Amino acid sequence: MVEEILRLSGVKAYYYQNVGKGLKEIKAVDGVDLTIYSGEVLGIVGESGSGKSTLANVMMMNVSPPLRFIEGEVVLRGRDGAKIHLEKMSRDDLRKKIWGTEMTLVPQAAMNALMPTLRLRRIARDILRSHFDDIGDDMVVELAVKALTSLGLPADVIDRYPFELSGGMRQRAVLAMATILRPRILIADEPTSALDVSTQKVVVKTMIDMKSKGIIEALAFISHDIATVRQIADRMIVMYAGKIVELGRVEDIIKNPLHPYTKGLIESVLTPEPEVRRRGLRFIPGFPPDLSNPPPGCRFHPRCPFAMEVCRRDEPRMIEAENGHYVACWLYPGGGHARG
Amino acid sequence: MLEVKDLTKIYEAGFIFRRRIPAVNGISFYVRRGEIISLVGESGSGKTTTAKIILRLVPPTSGSIVFEGKDVWRDLRTQEELKEYWRRVHAVFQDPYSSYNPFHKVDRVLIQALKLIGIDPKSGEGKLTIEEALKYVGLNPEEVLGRYPHQLSGGQRQRLMIARCWILKPKLIIADEPVSMIDASMRGSVVKLLESLRNDYKTSIIFITHDMGLAYYISDRILVMYKGKIVEEGPPDKILERPEHKYTKELVENVPTLYRKWSDI
Repeated sequence: MVEEILRLSGVKAYYYQNVGKGLKEIKAVDGVDLTIYSGEVLGIVGESGSGKSTLANVMMMNVSPPLRFIEGEVVLRGRDGAKIHLEKMSRDDLRKKIWGTEMTLVPQAAMNALMPTLRLRRIARDILRSHFDDIGDDMVVELAVKALTSLGLPADVIDRYPFELSGGMRQRAVLAMATILRPRILIADEPTSALDVSTQKVVVKTMIDMKSKGIIEALAFISHDIATVRQIADRMIVMYAGKIVELGRVEDIIKNPLHPYTKGLIESVLTPEPEVRRRGLRFIPGFPPDLSNPPPGCRFHPRCPFAMEVCRRDEPRMIEAENGHYVACWLYPGGGHARG
Repeated sequence: MLEVKDLTKIYEAGFIFRRRIPAVNGISFYVRRGEIISLVGESGSGKTTTAKIILRLVPPTSGSIVFEGKDVWRDLRTQEELKEYWRRVHAVFQDPYSSYNPFHKVDRVLIQALKLIGIDPKSGEGKLTIEEALKYVGLNPEEVLGRYPHQLSGGQRQRLMIARCWILKPKLIIADEPVSMIDASMRGSVVKLLESLRNDYKTSIIFITHDMGLAYYISDRILVMYKGKIVEEGPPDKILERPEHKYTKELVENVPTLYRKWSDI
């Protein structure tokens, strides 16, 4: 049976910037509902400024100024099945009880961020000490070796410097360090974008391994690259201007994108495949809105070839257009039912 | 039209123990009129160094580049000749932002182009040319003229660079990762414009890119560079379906695809 492990409902998180005497409000995540089930890889696709990195931080409730949590619920299912409301916890509590042990975020820059002058043993110790002040060196070695070997690295890596490892090994070491405390959920934000293609594949492979070996229970994989997400994710979320516009199984979305933005995005992607030549290249005219002053109605309407009167006026809600395939677009009127 | 022969560039590093690092190692290739080729390789493969040597920005250690019958590094001596060369061989770089002076309005890149070909930007002809150039690249003059570079999106900035190319009508464009910093949904607008310059004016284009998908879509021929050498060359379908060199195979196998899932993970 699939169990939900993390649920976000009606989440809004805005940035606040001082501009002159006023305060500028940037609606980076604006009313997001999503569920991550245990055993799945959830892909989150969006372009720059879509709010996907903010969403990654909100999933962990890693929210600090200038970002502010406005409203909504972020509920983690504890190992005992209890509902833990992360949005009600203090930063201190989150640090002690959740981050690292239940959920871990690997931010964009982390994949190239092992301190080159420290041996992995020392890096592991620093990580563990930040959670448990009095952890002994034996325990550090035990946990680190377990984390490294479970990702297929030899145990003696622990005494090496990061620069002594090859590109692929280094990425695996980063992932081993990130999951040293055995969190159940790994949130990876653009983990592959700064890497060359063969190392990218190693990262994707390693993450799939981590899930199938039960090192992690669920993975949220965030990327601007829909082709990479397609390789790793079971389900996919498409974000545009701070909102989810489409959600469904990866195969369904690739074969039959429902939202005009998703369709446009897929047709803009160039991958070395004969289908691309047959399909041709398209682009979406215009550019994404300023999130401090988003357009009324559907936020995509200024760029949408199918925009109707209603799109300029009212915001579409998420409906289930097909089995397990949700879309927020007025082209699919009330036919579906409101998402539960 | 352009012929590169045995081109080598060796950088020397170190003080006491001098090491010789070959960035480009004896490569030869040609570009025909109206042809689009891609130099594909990862960072450090020597593709950008090759572009810089062709653009006469970095001198080669040995080898020659012949453009329209003239050796670029030996036959172009005067400032006039060089200016003329840069009008005929034009570059579009990765980060369109760095091609602009942030203190000047974006109009300047078009005004400079007009001056290069001897049209007075203030004359009726000059204004009309700017209007036509913007129309060609699908920009609304009211939206871009009089603005500063940071007020435009990456896609708009890059399209403006292509408007500049349209004014200059170069024979060869060297496009170094022209879309890698632009969001996917807007990339097509730039790629298609470069394509139409080729179709409308028989402009030759060399794409310098790490993006196999882009190279596959746009090129007549793909040249794969690895460690300073061209290790494989051919039409896109051949490179994709029957890659021969180990590195090309690896490249083709590891690029994420949209319509099929990797079978080996």
